[in-house]
Amino acid sequence: MRMPDTSEILLQAEGVSLAFGGVKALRDVSFDIKKGEIRAIIGPNGAGKTSMLNVINGFYHPNHGAITFKGRTRAQMQPFEASRGGIARTFQNVALFKGMSALDNIMAGRTLKMRRGLLWQMLHYGPALAEEIENRHRVEEIIDFLEIEAIRKVPVARLAYGLQKRVELGRALAMEPDLLLLDEPMAGMNLEEKEDMSRFIIDVNNHYGTTIALIEHDMAVVMDLSHRVVVLDHGVKIADGSPDEVKKNQGVIGAYLGVAH
Amino acid sequence: MAVGGSFDTFPKLLARNAAQFGSRPAFRHKDLGIWQTWTWAQVAEIVRAYAAGLHRLGLRPGDTIAIVGSNRPKLYWTLMAAQVLRAIPVPVYSDAVADELAYVLAHADVKFVAAQDQEQVDKVLSVSGRVPHLRRVVYDEPRGLDGYDHSRLIAIRDIIEDGRAALAADATLGRKIDEIIQQGEGSDISIILYTSGTTGASKGVMLSARGCIDAATDTVRFDRLTDKDVALAYLPLAWVGDHYLNYTQGLVAGFCMACPESGETIEQDRREIGPTFYFAPPRGFEAMLTRVMIRMEDAAAIKRRMLNYFLGIARRYGESILTGRPVPLSGRLLYALGRLMVYEPLKNVLGLSRVRVAYTAGEAIGPDLFAFYRSIGLNLKQLYGQTEAFLYVTCQPDSEIYLDTVGPAAPNVDIRIAETGEVQFRSPGMFVGYFKDQAKTAEALTSDGYVKTGDAGFFDEKTGHLKIIDRAKDVGRLADGTMFAPKYLENKLKFFPNIKEAVTFGDSRDFVCAFLNIDPVAVANWAERNNIAYGSYQELAAHPLVYNMVAKDVAEVNRSLAEGKVLAGAQIRRFLILHKELDADDGELTRTQKVRRGFVAERYAPLVTALYDGSNEADISTEVTFEGGRKGVFAARVKIRDVKTIGVTQPLEKAA
Repeated sequence: MRMPDTSEILLQAEGVSLAFGGVKALRDVSFDIKKGEIRAIIGPNGAGKTSMLNVINGFYHPNHGAITFKGRTRAQMQPFEASRGGIARTFQNVALFKGMSALDNIMAGRTLKMRRGLLWQMLHYGPALAEEIENRHRVEEIIDFLEIEAIRKVPVARLAYGLQKRVELGRALAMEPDLLLLDEPMAGMNLEEKEDMSRFIIDVNNHYGTTIALIEHDMAVVMDLSHRVVVLDHGVKIADGSPDEVKKNQGVIGAYLGVAH
Repeated sequence: MAVGGSFDTFPKLLARNAAQFGSRPAFRHKDLGIWQTWTWAQVAEIVRAYAAGLHRLGLRPGDTIAIVGSNRPKLYWTLMAAQVLRAIPVPVYSDAVADELAYVLAHADVKFVAAQDQEQVDKVLSVSGRVPHLRRVVYDEPRGLDGYDHSRLIAIRDIIEDGRAALAADATLGRKIDEIIQQGEGSDISIILYTSGTTGASKGVMLSARGCIDAATDTVRFDRLTDKDVALAYLPLAWVGDHYLNYTQGLVAGFCMACPESGETIEQDRREIGPTFYFAPPRGFEAMLTRVMIRMEDAAAIKRRMLNYFLGIARRYGESILTGRPVPLSGRLLYALGRLMVYEPLKNVLGLSRVRVAYTAGEAIGPDLFAFYRSIGLNLKQLYGQTEAFLYVTCQPDSEIYLDTVGPAAPNVDIRIAETGEVQFRSPGMFVGYFKDQAKTAEALTSDGYVKTGDAGFFDEKTGHLKIIDRAKDVGRLADGTMFAPKYLENKLKFFPNIKEAVTFGDSRDFVCAFLNIDPVAVANWAERNNIAYGSYQELAAHPLVYNMVAKDVAEVNRSLAEGKVLAGAQIRRFLILHKELDADDGELTRTQKVRRGFVAERYAPLVTALYDGSNEADISTEVTFEGGRKGVFAARVKIRDVKTIGVTQPLEKAA
């Protein structure tokens, strides 16, 4: 696999702690995501992986610590600011508009790129029409990229789970993000769907140069896909490095298999 | 009306089309959701530039260039550009696995390969070590190929650009190209089509330019095709059907080839394009009908009643109206109402509204299926042909359609029945020979130059049309001498919607047995309606209720066999439902989806044994190939069911 060309840091998490009442979801977690890499966040159930993603995209606000994204440090941020700033994500449980077609769902991802107001859009004429055509063109490129031409007009509720996941990836891509967060992109998929999804993730990274942070349980997938892996356990970072380093790390083996104390 | 006439090579035809129909559409392709169109003039310019580019890369007269991929304009243009340079295109099935691909590429001595996308490029590169003459791989879609070593890889788009620039800069190059075109002769080999090989390794069928064009000229006249027609080019490039029906007829008649967006969007694309000339194998028409009928089951009662009523009207009058026989006025009025309410909307949903001529071939078509499409006003006809004939041997004229015949000889085709019962022919498009295989060529021809089809058949006395029974070598006899025509039985079985595939055994045996594959779509739908739970195809196939249902179908086949004299003794006594679908990837079907009976018998030998030794079930484990080439082992226990036979004395029952 091609390694990212730069060592420029896109996102830096420093000493992030997050607690829900007495439950400490994250404890003093620091790591970075380099521009152009595929970064995996792994760990056993309840390790704080999804919490970490939620902190990154502003859904949770850390009690301590800060996130630096594209050189800007901030303690608090709203999700819409994150998406404007160039962070897109997919969800563990598919979060699409079920009654809308695959095409409309992906078009929804372009909302932030549209400049015309409600009135113009309702008129659907002149600049608003031109804007829609331009955005539709970008969406069609994504549909072509993800090979979902055949389901363009199908309501997503009627699609197989693996395809819904692909549509969701399409919607995230439509935002042309600098950082793409994927929360268990392969959960619940069969082997063939997993292979397809892996190929799309690698292609997204290669073709669009998008930086990707992903949470995944399937170790084989993680080891194949990612350039670097950060391992969380009970909210604490226990390892960080290349897939090979992480695989050999005694602490990681312990966290996954359990060790005699 | 434009026909081939005095044009004896494809580049000359292309030039004529550019002059004669310059602004008419030649190709359409749906890209990024929008149909893109290229006129004949544009195509001629692009092909010339492409040919110039390929010439600069070293493609010379007589060289072979393989084409691997689906129906995309750039791949068709590769065919054209190769023919401009008097090189020989060799299309290869895009779903061929690496070994099949390696065999064809090496056997055809290809110097160039044109591949559609990363998947095909990967496949070609993985076998390139086994293809000694390979110099360049050119590709259509660049996606995913950025990181590849480009010393041997080049994008088709770049070759066209390069050729265009070179033509502009250097007038001698243009003259050189013109010179090559002028040197082209009708006797040039214009294409090599590898047969999918129902038996053994595939053979490269060489066809001449003149032969291709003459044959297509005849059928274009026969079906009155013009530059106003549109065909949906969705058949495999490597199959004679696509090369004949779409490519050659397209060039001869000047009609438009519309390439679908992708393999999965064909139905939507068909609706959008509205082809006027259409071909599908029987299973294509069957799948279309099944989908409609399944959807109708969920429709409101009044709609179902309306459909059933008007389909009844269509059954009574449709065929007569289509062929122009007298029909009472009341029938005409009801049929006209039916057209308004049902037939036309139905054809519109299927994308068949504008079809003037539709053909089916390859396998026998179910009587109900054939009658259904004709009754709703689709001019569906049958043809009989093979690669060695460049497709057409016989075809049905518009007004003489009989279900069980394949029609009289196509124009200028000379057919005779050998003493053995084998059909033999001579035709304008007949092949020149098998590539690098004198012995096989000699085997396929009679001493006086007729091609042996290997099919057994006879001319129907009433109509004078040809009837095909089976492959000549497959017609066998039971141990007691009763005639056994396996394909005939299998087709009868497959006419039932629940049965997708059938393989029968009986040659030199005491009685006939069958392997069956259930149709997953139809049976799954039935299971859903009857609240039958199942977790997999295997589980569904083994379900006792499914067995009951299929047993009824088999008994029905026996009943119809008992009505005839010749085959009454060949009724099916025992059958089983296979635990997996027969699949071309496992070698059980050919790439054109025909059963390889011998191979299946060998692979499932324990099951065949069990059918004949009286067991009620048998264990089987087989190796399967997954998509992507990995292999696994698949084990199952398969039940065997006995079926009653009707009205004939059975050797076994005599003793009882």
